[in-house]
Amino acid sequence: MVASPSPAGTFNVLWLQAASCGGCTMSALAADDTGLLRALERFGIRLLWHPSLSEESGAEALAILEDCATGRLRLDCLCVEGSVLLGPNGSGRFQMLSGSGKPVKDWIARLAAKAGHVVAVGSCAAFGGVPAAGHNPTDARGLHYSGWDVGGALGKGFRSASGLPVVNIAGCAPHPGWIVETLAALALGDLAADQLDALGRPRAYADHLAHHGCGRNEFYEFKASAARPSDRGCLMENLGCRATQAPGDCNIRRWNGYGSCTDGGYACINCTSPAFETPSGPFQETAKVAGIPVGLPVDMPKAWFVALAALSKSATPQRVRTNAHADHVIVPPARRPQKSP
Amino acid sequence: MTENPTRLIVGPFNRVEGDLEVTLDIADGVVAEARVNAPLYRGFEQILQGRPAADSLVIAPRICGICSVSQSVAAARALAGLERPEVPANGTLAANLILAGENAADHLTHFMLFFAPDLARACYGDRSWFAAARRRFAAGDGECARALLPARARFLHLMGLLAGKWPHSLALQPGGVTKAIDPGEKIRLLSTVTEFREMLETHLFADRLETIAALDGIAALESWAAAASPEQGDFRLFLHIARDLGFTGLGVGPGRFVSSGSFGLFAPGVWSQGTLSGFDPAQVTEDHAHSWMEGAILAPFVGQTIPSPDKPEAYSWCKAPRLDGRVAEVGALARQVVDGHPLARALAAARPGGSVHDRVVARLLELARLIPAMEGWIRAIRPGEPFCAPPTAPADGTSAGLVEAARGTLGHWLSLQNGRIANYQIVAPTSWNFSPRDAQGNPGALETALAGTPVLPGETTPVAVQHVVRSFDPCMVCTVH
Repeated sequence: MVASPSPAGTFNVLWLQAASCGGCTMSALAADDTGLLRALERFGIRLLWHPSLSEESGAEALAILEDCATGRLRLDCLCVEGSVLLGPNGSGRFQMLSGSGKPVKDWIARLAAKAGHVVAVGSCAAFGGVPAAGHNPTDARGLHYSGWDVGGALGKGFRSASGLPVVNIAGCAPHPGWIVETLAALALGDLAADQLDALGRPRAYADHLAHHGCGRNEFYEFKASAARPSDRGCLMENLGCRATQAPGDCNIRRWNGYGSCTDGGYACINCTSPAFETPSGPFQETAKVAGIPVGLPVDMPKAWFVALAALSKSATPQRVRTNAHADHVIVPPARRPQKSP
Repeated sequence: MTENPTRLIVGPFNRVEGDLEVTLDIADGVVAEARVNAPLYRGFEQILQGRPAADSLVIAPRICGICSVSQSVAAARALAGLERPEVPANGTLAANLILAGENAADHLTHFMLFFAPDLARACYGDRSWFAAARRRFAAGDGECARALLPARARFLHLMGLLAGKWPHSLALQPGGVTKAIDPGEKIRLLSTVTEFREMLETHLFADRLETIAALDGIAALESWAAAASPEQGDFRLFLHIARDLGFTGLGVGPGRFVSSGSFGLFAPGVWSQGTLSGFDPAQVTEDHAHSWMEGAILAPFVGQTIPSPDKPEAYSWCKAPRLDGRVAEVGALARQVVDGHPLARALAAARPGGSVHDRVVARLLELARLIPAMEGWIRAIRPGEPFCAPPTAPADGTSAGLVEAARGTLGHWLSLQNGRIANYQIVAPTSWNFSPRDAQGNPGALETALAGTPVLPGETTPVAVQHVVRSFDPCMVCTVH
């Protein structure tokens, strides 16, 4: 179904930080090289309150939250950044909302019940994220998921007033474009259920893989692999790169003007996926069985991968092989003089 | 003191990074006692235990979205203490640039988004400068942030080039950085920093950065402020407002400033009562008396993080870091005073405990010093030479990684056994500044600085308290991790 646009012209967003590092906000502040507020204003989006941007503090801020929770203030969209802490022992006391004497988990439940849409900003709010790593000492959950399992802090069957499940802008931190474009699509009434993938992530970015457009593509094709940090070669075989499995248009659009994880020389850690925070081995090493990476590209039969890898390795040009193990271009592409007609 | 002081519980504090609640006991119109609560606990030190050594480079930065690089640097330095790589010159330059980029962006973010909007509050409507403050600093649509937030975003292109992205990069490694800079990228870096310089010199300072960095005392600062109309630069407008509101007398801290030193540019040390002494990380302890943690007073290498949510005498998740058993203040003011910058030393001589005014001035002074240094580091990069030493398996043992985050001294204390993390203790800048009381009942730096702060009749979230709190540029997500 398509959510109806906000009747009064503006689209009211309340932004709360649950158990977060604040990194999603920090990422969003650089949106469109212009700043979050201006990027959102273009779509009639009004931030009722945001922990880093609003003037209201203390009692004034609590009054806004209370007005949203009681319905006095129309809440078109609740954005939550950070995981929801249920511990210790289900009490939520690992995060109390300052000045209110109540756990943040209870505020989120009250506000989500009134919200037109509920958006999880970042992988913590979506799936639990880094606070849920290891033995999950604080009982950290996503809003709608705990890791891969549906049923987070808001319960399995949760639907917001619009009928949509929680919209999961997964990423650690998400690209500011993912945040602005998702909120803008909601404000425009453009985000239907079929625009979300099976885990509630906007397909606008989740239908891509972080691998798409990777600047190391030639090294990937020839399986010319980096062996150590700062090597230019493909990061998949040895250094833990999961870009061939990770949802995201990370290498199609730029991060901070020029970058991406793989352009920065380090592995994609699949931060848009549930449980990325607890890999089977070290983050920066590729898990292998009998020399073959465990995490093969999605949709690719193992036998074909092995056969193609062997073939492409045997065909690797000397230039690619040499450059894969250097931090700058050692051998430039051959320049053959054109023959005169 | 009256017999029945009233009590205010103030929160949520926004425009600080993370969660903060302050309990104020009020008598005779001022804060008599303050108790600072960091009400969020996430368990990073528990999560890190048992992980492979280098996983700290992924996990630790995610403690904090605003000082993520500082966390990365501390984690990489702790590992480097056990791997002992020979970091190539380019690796040091690039790591310096990434860290300085974050520090500089954070200082600007603090001024324009976190601190200055309080000067545009309606409660100051009768002041001569109010219209200017409203126009420049108002939350949401102030011209200062309108101009400088895009400038900050474009400045962060530096992170795109050097670190892949910000926050939460994996570019910083024990042996250097994962991203080598080519000749074209070197030019783009210079261009990015120069553009940022132009924006700061146009809007924030209305003067050359070098002129600000050369201010050598209070008289020089005052004559610079008086040399043009208050609206010539946001720094000048701040100084004008600070004088009217008496910010030099507000927020007097403990007067013991600590810095671990940074970039080889800012010297390390401890400044107290006009005397400089050495900083020894081995003197750091954490006191659990009033935090919801088991245990007592422990050095970080043997530190424990075991939540005890029902502990009756506790009022914060934050432990209380102490240096040689005593309270300290960290941050840009501490760094500049310890380093011996003449303006900072003059401020500390006039007011040994610092003030709201002094903390803001030191932050902007540091910003003016950082950008020219960054330009020099970029010019010194030599494309084609290495940026990262080959990794080696770290030896088992203990190692401390120290770094100056924008907000002050950050330390990671790592113990490694069989290549896995046996213990990981983090002491963050705002753990120092916003600590609860220790076993002797000594209040933390903010708790000290809040005592005596005026509370006007009818105020539920006293504006002067907000100025004092934000003058520290608190990062609560680092404070308790």
